Amino acid sequence: MGGMGKAMVAAAALMLAALPGAGWAAEARTGLVVGMQLEPPHLDPTAGAAGAIDEVTYANLFEPLTRIDAAGAVVPGLAERWSVSDDGLTYTFTLRPGARFHDGSVCDSADVKFTLDRARGPNSVNAQKAYFAAIDRVETPDPRTVVVTLSRPDGLFLFHMGQGDAVIVAPETADTNKQKPVGTGPFKLERWAAGDRVELVRNPDYDGPKPALERVTFRFISDPAAQVASLLSGDVDTFPQFGTYEALDQFRKDSRFAVLDGSSEGETLLVINNARKPFDDVRVRRAIGHAIDRATLIDGAMFGTAKPIGSHFPPHRPEYVDLTGLSAYDPAKARALLAEAGYKDGFEAVLRLPPPIYARRSGELIAAMLAEVGIRLRIENVEWAAWLERTFKGRDFDLTLVAHTEPLDIGIYARPDYYFNYRSDRFNAAEDELSRTLDPARRVALLQQEQRIVAEDAVNGFLFQLPVVTVQKAGVTGMWPNRPLQANDVTGVSWK
Amino acid sequence: MIPYLTRRLLGFALSAWVAALAVFVVLDVVPGDPALLILGTEAQPDTLAALRTQMGLERPAAERFVRWSGGLLRGDFGVSHTYNRPVADLVAERLAVTLPLALLALALAVAAGVPLGVWAAARRGGFADGAVRGFGRLGVAVPNFWIAMLLVWVFSVSLGWLPAGGFPGWAAGVGPALAALILPAVALALPEAAILVRLTRAAVLDTLREDYVRTATAKGVRRGAVLRRHVLPNALIPITTLVGLQFGFLVAGVVVVENVCTLPGLGRLLTQAIGQRDVTVVQGVVLLLAVLVMGVSALVDALHAVIDPRPRRPA
Repeated sequence: MGGMGKAMVAAAALMLAALPGAGWAAEARTGLVVGMQLEPPHLDPTAGAAGAIDEVTYANLFEPLTRIDAAGAVVPGLAERWSVSDDGLTYTFTLRPGARFHDGSVCDSADVKFTLDRARGPNSVNAQKAYFAAIDRVETPDPRTVVVTLSRPDGLFLFHMGQGDAVIVAPETADTNKQKPVGTGPFKLERWAAGDRVELVRNPDYDGPKPALERVTFRFISDPAAQVASLLSGDVDTFPQFGTYEALDQFRKDSRFAVLDGSSEGETLLVINNARKPFDDVRVRRAIGHAIDRATLIDGAMFGTAKPIGSHFPPHRPEYVDLTGLSAYDPAKARALLAEAGYKDGFEAVLRLPPPIYARRSGELIAAMLAEVGIRLRIENVEWAAWLERTFKGRDFDLTLVAHTEPLDIGIYARPDYYFNYRSDRFNAAEDELSRTLDPARRVALLQQEQRIVAEDAVNGFLFQLPVVTVQKAGVTGMWPNRPLQANDVTGVSWK
Repeated sequence: MIPYLTRRLLGFALSAWVAALAVFVVLDVVPGDPALLILGTEAQPDTLAALRTQMGLERPAAERFVRWSGGLLRGDFGVSHTYNRPVADLVAERLAVTLPLALLALALAVAAGVPLGVWAAARRGGFADGAVRGFGRLGVAVPNFWIAMLLVWVFSVSLGWLPAGGFPGWAAGVGPALAALILPAVALALPEAAILVRLTRAAVLDTLREDYVRTATAKGVRRGAVLRRHVLPNALIPITTLVGLQFGFLVAGVVVVENVCTLPGLGRLLTQAIGQRDVTVVQGVVLLLAVLVMGVSALVDALHAVIDPRPRRPA
């Protein structure tokens, strides 16, 4: 689509937004239609990284041993309780006695052992295989008890076991879950109309508390104008991760709608290739930080919906430290730092932008901001497949702009082969200690220390936390306002 | 006749296969590893290798293409990497949306465009002619996705008569399915109708200047009869040619409109599969589209033979 086309789409979105809605279908209040931007390629969360898979299946169709709640805390899932040995190496999980798969078979310790062994095995295609790396062996003393022994302490083990990639599956159905998901959740799959919608119905045999909704439909609507129209026409009840920011004002002013402003786990970064000249000089990287006016960026690119960050950490988590001051907007200081590093006249570089709208818009603004201090950027727009191949895997880039959406993922700064090309003994030492530490207070201190190290080293340009804006009909209650993981957990949703 | 048909069919198959080969080469050369797309930014090297082996990506490109081509001879279009389902199933499912949509649009375009063009030509220079020509100019200028959005705005958001997008499936009944298709079909039909109006008007005016028309008029045949018996059959030749050519554009338009109206058709399958580097799906869809477009052009040739007997006569 050319510039003309884009302008037309934007104009149409505004026109749609400006129109009073009509034709509200009288909806049975036990059904919910959830709008989603992307369709999942399949419905097996243990076999793909696509966020859309978890957004349909997590906690609704499939359940992990532990579960992550709306606040990001670890709570019981399929395991109703657990205990950890003093050395932090042995986890004993006790399963819910009545848990059953949708096909009627009992979910017992053998299923859990199968799931964990499959995810860490040599033929595993689990996108988060690292979550299972510390597991040494899984034992099943009785059908309700699972004993997991780790080869080394892992402070995030319970958190990782609560992710979509760790949901418990049965050996008989594991290979067909992509098309016919069979989980233990309170909803089961009724129909998948490819390209259009996935319909779930309440599972009458669920052993836990029954959800209020009898039926949940996920509709896949990628076009921005169509997203606005789907809400205004009443076709969709709730649209989490609503992407058409320019229409938000209209929904905020309309009493028939509620707008939930939330935060995600997505740190939006101007990623810097720390190995490439001149970015291997910390003064250049700090100069970039001081050249970026976050307030203007958030207003211009995100219509004011995002929270600024100064390190690789989401502001909604208790361990967060506000470090935005370390790279406060100060173009004079940026120019001085550049001169000190030997780039009095600035330099040229390429900024490669993947497709999401936050990246394309922020990229344009950042190029203008960096030009003010003499860093002349040439923008190169690429699609996801090419971005992953060349930028991420190939590490062949100067600067790029992307949000890192994995929860609690500051540990990536310790990976020697990660695409930032960042190396720091200080950070590695902190991460090493963190991975062995179970004491909550010490963990907080270490996580805060890690935030400071990456901010001081100005590894990347830390921009803002990707917002999660949910636009929905006024009567919907119980949708997660924040997104501690990529999920649309509708088990607690009801109509007022 | 039989050798002719065989030749023609072989030609089809060969052209379609070449198109699929071109797609394969392009998607193999441009960056983008499908396994990496599936596993994302946290993929471990060994997981990536396991998935690549499972998907058959570790085999040489030539072998993969030959394997796929061999499957074609047995009617096997391969299995989609992303959806893990046979491509033939996926395509058949999507064709049930795209084909009715394209045919509905084509029918609407012909039903509106041809009579309007004849009507305008018959009243050349009058107010009606001016109005029809105005519609023609506007229809050609306005892109169909914009019309689709306008229609959604009026009929879904303001009036609430029709759904704003999506497709309930034919299983939900003919009524709801047609309700979902009508707005996009009109959006696709309007520009086509506009082009048809202009061409029909011009063709009819051209034919009206022919000697045999003047002769018929001079012999005292009434105006309506002249139009019906002499003008229209001759004007139909350029019109059918255009409709045939337009079919290709219509298919391209379907891709855009399906995305705007979130219809799960072939066009959306194709754009998603390209993004996912799902080569088997892209090849299958391209193959089918190539056959469709070529089939329509063959149909147009056949229609010409019916309309205009001259080429059939032995020289």
